[in-house]
Amino acid sequence: MREPSWRTDFPVATGDERMVTRRQFSRFLLLTSLGMFVGNLWILVRSRFRRATVYPELRVARVADVPVQGVKLFHYPGPDDPCLLIRTAEDTFVAYGQKCTHLSCAVLPKVAEGKLHCPCHEGWFAIDDGRVLQGPPPRPLPRVVLERRGEELFAVRIEGA
Amino acid sequence: MKSRRRDAIDGALALLSVLLVVQMWLLTAALEADLAGHHEAALPGAVLSGLLFAACVALGLLAERVHARHD
Ligand code: FES
Repeated sequence: MREPSWRTDFPVATGDERMVTRRQFSRFLLLTSLGMFVGNLWILVRSRFRRATVYPELRVARVADVPVQGVKLFHYPGPDDPCLLIRTAEDTFVAYGQKCTHLSCAVLPKVAEGKLHCPCHEGWFAIDDGRVLQGPPPRPLPRVVLERRGEELFAVRIEGA
Repeated sequence: MKSRRRDAIDGALALLSVLLVVQMWLLTAALEADLAGHHEAALPGAVLSGLLFAACVALGLLAERVHARHD
């Protein structure tokens, strides 16, 4: 049978049109690889030109306001950054950002157990340094550095934010 | 001969895919470390990623050359 004449103008079958050749595939892989490299470079540039954040000082509480094993909620450095001040012993205070480093749920202090708990996906953090003990959080909780001046506690900066 | 060439190209593509997965992992690990405040990880991450990209280019060129001979 003779080939219809439209075949000469449209020689590629629809099915073949979508076919990805090895050459196209390897180019796609190379382009993706370049993208990954650019991403790493971007992280490098970002880390080199990072400006040190200037944190305000904030009076968080009077020592007498927080009993041993007591907790106080405060906001630092901004009004949208909830933090927890925890008195773990007579003379030991720690403070952490309350947003879980996984998906930003609020962590809850379990002072008696020496842990902070994120109920969203069962994340657990150590109360003494904020490190991850268990669960999906990828990083420790950001730690609010405290300074005790007489009978008052001040938040001065955040580490690991 | 033809099938050996095609095997070589397929092998190169498979290796390229593996390197790409390593590069993806490297990118997420570098970002994670940077966000955690370990900025010293950014430079080795970028260098390693560059090397992996160079290896990918080399493999791509190899596949291209084998392909050209095949044509
Ligand atoms: S948000 Fe805290 S564990 Fe997922």
